Amino acid sequence: MKLVTAVIKPHKWEEVREALETFGVTGMTVSEVSGYGRQKGHTEVYRGAEYDIALVPKLRIEIVVEDGDADDIVGIVVRTAQTGRIGDGKVWVSSVDTVVRVRTGDRDTAAI
Amino acid sequence: MAGYHAFMLVATALVMMMTVPALALFYGGMSRSKSVLNMMMMSFVAAAIVGPLYVLIGWSMGWSEGNWFFGNPFDQLLLDGLTTDAYVGMAFQMTFAVITAALISGALEGRLKFSAWVLFVPIWSVLVYFPMAYMVFGCQDNSLICGQIGAQDYAGGTAVHINAGIAALVLVLLLGKRRGWPRDTMRPHNLTLTMLGAGLLWMGWYGFNVGSIVFADGYDEAQFLAETGRTFANTTLAAMTAILGWLLVERMISGKATTLGAASGVVAGLVAITPAAGAVDIGGAMAIGVIAGGVCAVAVGWKYKLGYDDSLDVVGVHLVGGVLGTVLIGLFSTADGAGGIDGLLYGGGVGSLVDQVLGVLVAVAYVGVLTLVIGLAIKFTIGLRLDDEDEATGIDLVAHGESAYDLHTGIGGGVSSGLAANAPIKPEASTRAPSTTKETSQ
Repeated sequence: MKLVTAVIKPHKWEEVREALETFGVTGMTVSEVSGYGRQKGHTEVYRGAEYDIALVPKLRIEIVVEDGDADDIVGIVVRTAQTGRIGDGKVWVSSVDTVVRVRTGDRDTAAI
Repeated sequence: MAGYHAFMLVATALVMMMTVPALALFYGGMSRSKSVLNMMMMSFVAAAIVGPLYVLIGWSMGWSEGNWFFGNPFDQLLLDGLTTDAYVGMAFQMTFAVITAALISGALEGRLKFSAWVLFVPIWSVLVYFPMAYMVFGCQDNSLICGQIGAQDYAGGTAVHINAGIAALVLVLLLGKRRGWPRDTMRPHNLTLTMLGAGLLWMGWYGFNVGSIVFADGYDEAQFLAETGRTFANTTLAAMTAILGWLLVERMISGKATTLGAASGVVAGLVAITPAAGAVDIGGAMAIGVIAGGVCAVAVGWKYKLGYDDSLDVVGVHLVGGVLGTVLIGLFSTADGAGGIDGLLYGGGVGSLVDQVLGVLVAVAYVGVLTLVIGLAIKFTIGLRLDDEDEATGIDLVAHGESAYDLHTGIGGGVSSGLAANAPIKPEASTRAPSTTKETSQ
């Protein structure tokens, strides 16, 4: 099993979710996060004082999937979350040892 | 006469609204989220302290016979001798004492001990505000600014705005900068509160300026009708043109017209028209508004060059706006107006201008010296400043035991969540939550 983690622009959320649901993803965990990459935040001006705001708001999506689906899901996220401009985010895949569904005790692929 | 009385009741309620909640909202929104409650509390507590004190001796110090600086505090102790039909006039003046003290709080965000504020407000009101009100509004023949110098101040350019501005500057110099200022980001945490506060201040200001009408020999209906129309229109137009002035200047300086700029412009224009509301015609009011908006938009940047942390710009808006409005009377005053004097631009010569500048200088000197003495006395007794750790934690939590916002549910809500409040932190609570350790290892 794989954990696909994607950090995307918040306004791309609806498109990404729709495409993932169409593909057959049944659940995910989404959190509001902030961070920066090469884009290095932005500036805001209050009464003439310029502030460098280092952290930009993003959405983090986490999906646990079967090994064979990981690449497809990465592809979907990249295709739907892309604007081509700086700050589009990242997707990464990591291995998962065990998954348990809390309600039933089902393990691993049965729990996905 | 009953109409005037009813009008004054409304005007007094409007001025009270300027402190609670308008100023609390205006300043609260500009504060950081960890000090917004303390900022709002400073306004509420100023009302609670100054009101009773005003009834005790404030009215008497302002409106009894006296020397150059203050009236006899004991002549009308506890309003002795004042009939209740005159209470509305007393209450109106009381609301001015309240807001002037509250205005100072904007400079002190996040680092002044609450106990220091509770001690400063009554001492400062007795030694500084009540005398300033005597010198300007009480206007006995002896009163220094109104009676002796003859400077015009319709509703408090000197007594309220220069007064609060200088007091704020002195306190900021004694108190020092916030930790991390100006390196760290200290942007306003909620500008929608600030916009709401600015709008309510604007509305309340009609009570402040229009209610400040004075009759030389008892109520005069013709004067009431003519003068309130003038002061109402002047107040409105100055606020409007000041928005334009501020936005134009900040657009040129920093590239964007901002909502905070619009809110600040409203206040800058209203501050500047405060002393001049009765003296100038509608053209003069619009000129004073646009000048105040533009100049204050620049003045709020001075603190970064000079290094004083006037957190929410009490100096840049109230001191600078107050000085502008008071001095510009010398240029734009008309003989038709409340003071009956033509200013320089209306062919009246420099006489009025000189009086106005003298009035400003006296206010600056009196308030500066007395506030310095009071500030030093508090600094070397109970102390002015929170210790570093408390300041970093946030004054809302440290001084009041509260957080302004609970935007999270469950344990993630931290101290403000009901869950954490009911369950004191136990060792097992802090060692569980494996997801946290997982995140840090990534």
